[in-house]
Amino acid sequence: MAKYEPILLKNMLQPGYRGLLEEYRAVGGYTAFEKVLKEISPAEVIEIVKKSGLRGRGGAGFPTGLKWSFIPKDYPGPRYLCCNADESEPGTFKDRQLIERDPHQMLEGIGIACHAIGSHQAYIYIRGEFDLGAEIIQRALNEAYAAKYFGKNIFGTGFDLEVVLHRGAGAYICGEETALLESIEGKRGKPRTKPPFPAIHGLYQEPTVVNNVETLANLPYIINRGADWYAAIGTPKSTGTRVFCVGGHVKRPGNYEVPMGISLREMIYDIAGGIRGDKQLKAVIPGGASAPFLKPEHLDTPMDFEAIKEVGSMLGSGGVTVMDESVCIVWAATNLMEFFHHESCGKCTPCREGSAWILQILRRIEGGLGRPEDIDQLIMLCGRIEGKTVCAFGEAEVGPILSTIKHFREEYEQHIREKHCPFRPNAKLVMAH
Amino acid sequence: MKLKVLSEAAREKIEAQFPKYPDKRSVCLAALRIAQEELGHVSEPAMIDIAELLELTPVQVYEVATFYTLYNLKPIGKFLIQVCKTLSCALVGAESVISHLENTLGIAIGETTKDGLFTLKVVECLAACGSGPMMQINDRYYEQLTPEKIETILGDLKREGQSKLATGPFMLPVLQG
Repeated sequence: MAKYEPILLKNMLQPGYRGLLEEYRAVGGYTAFEKVLKEISPAEVIEIVKKSGLRGRGGAGFPTGLKWSFIPKDYPGPRYLCCNADESEPGTFKDRQLIERDPHQMLEGIGIACHAIGSHQAYIYIRGEFDLGAEIIQRALNEAYAAKYFGKNIFGTGFDLEVVLHRGAGAYICGEETALLESIEGKRGKPRTKPPFPAIHGLYQEPTVVNNVETLANLPYIINRGADWYAAIGTPKSTGTRVFCVGGHVKRPGNYEVPMGISLREMIYDIAGGIRGDKQLKAVIPGGASAPFLKPEHLDTPMDFEAIKEVGSMLGSGGVTVMDESVCIVWAATNLMEFFHHESCGKCTPCREGSAWILQILRRIEGGLGRPEDIDQLIMLCGRIEGKTVCAFGEAEVGPILSTIKHFREEYEQHIREKHCPFRPNAKLVMAH
Repeated sequence: MKLKVLSEAAREKIEAQFPKYPDKRSVCLAALRIAQEELGHVSEPAMIDIAELLELTPVQVYEVATFYTLYNLKPIGKFLIQVCKTLSCALVGAESVISHLENTLGIAIGETTKDGLFTLKVVECLAACGSGPMMQINDRYYEQLTPEKIETILGDLKREGQSKLATGPFMLPVLQG
């Protein structure tokens, strides 16, 4: 098995490393933050990050330096940085590990990003269920404040920065960046219409950048080791490493940090040990539940933003969900639609009503009561949601449906023809909500 | 101003959040959490108290309390069991964990045991997708569940109020040595 040099997981892979400040400092922690404050101008930091090719690790893959550059240069009022730690995309569990095992690299990244965009106030938005993660971040913040890495006049440079931990309260949609801002403002987490984008009117209507935990955690290393070093890892357009979360029917599920561009096959069969019980692979979701399903014929696709998009899916959040031959695809699609229906915020009619309708039809097919016209009905409904909602949730929820119909239409037809689920003849659906 | 149901201690905790934000409304989520920690759930009188403290209308608090899933609008048991049912957990046995809990506790999803100890809920993804099936009980995660593990956890909670089987700082795959 090929060995890859980890960047973000490197410290925590050392036995005994607990992510305390003294340990992080012993491996060079906070030197990048000091370096940018003392030696590198905000504009230069933005250029370095642009040159590194770093792209957002939350799901959309937007170039980080470019996102920062949209903040108006001479804006007189406050501007904000928000760290998106609302990890909720089904299949994804990397930010949880980055937070709980090495929180200071994310905090240092926040400092670097704030310097770049001229922000003196950052909020870390962590999902409400992460109690342990919140405790660990708060402990790390206390350590960093005590060491004067945050607060007033940091490193004697006159730069002030306050970092506040803000806890969510259970809502997938708050990972969408404008819903996240609404939630920090103490409101229902409903996405805003864009434009204006957060860089112009964000938190409290001020210029704001929202970056994912993993994105921010990369920054200290890009500063210390250089944009060229980082850009040489991965592929030309998808640079750096990625912490992929592999789950489902694999022998060794877990978080694996590899250069972008390794194949799905290497990830599943080599790194994650192959399929449990040595069964056949049936389907794989390469980038969290919002990413369309792929089939075994896609196994040699490189795991980078472009290549995965080319085969009709997306790299998304890096959550790789592996399904073996025993899985009923209609059941899997139904399971995910229950998720999306539950998490639809209700703002846009096509998503709110459409998700309920799609779920009803899927349950009917899985339960043996499907009608021949149901498959076309599903495709029609998806078409009326996609592109007709305020946020990307609309595209996300139709992905699993359209891709399973595209790749496994025969299985839907079999359910309808035989009037029962061929895989789960007696199984009841979990009716969770 | 006299509060209806929240204590002075809760008021202090809520007011201690104010300096973190330019706007008191931002404290709404934290205030509801503080109220729930004190009362076990968030009642309408508690929402009115929060509205007073944050200078909001009661409905501005109510709409938040009813949007997010972690606020309990009705009393629940001492231990809230939330089992993840989303795909990754479902692929590795979430349904059998749910049935096992229903049978062991003698309650259906959404119910509380007669002794008031356990409430069973089924929830969507909790970001523990490589270590399912899993559940959250109050503020801790329990992962890679088996029937035996579930029995031990429930027994521990009954006797001691906590269980050593709760997950600590997360790492998967577990570091060898």
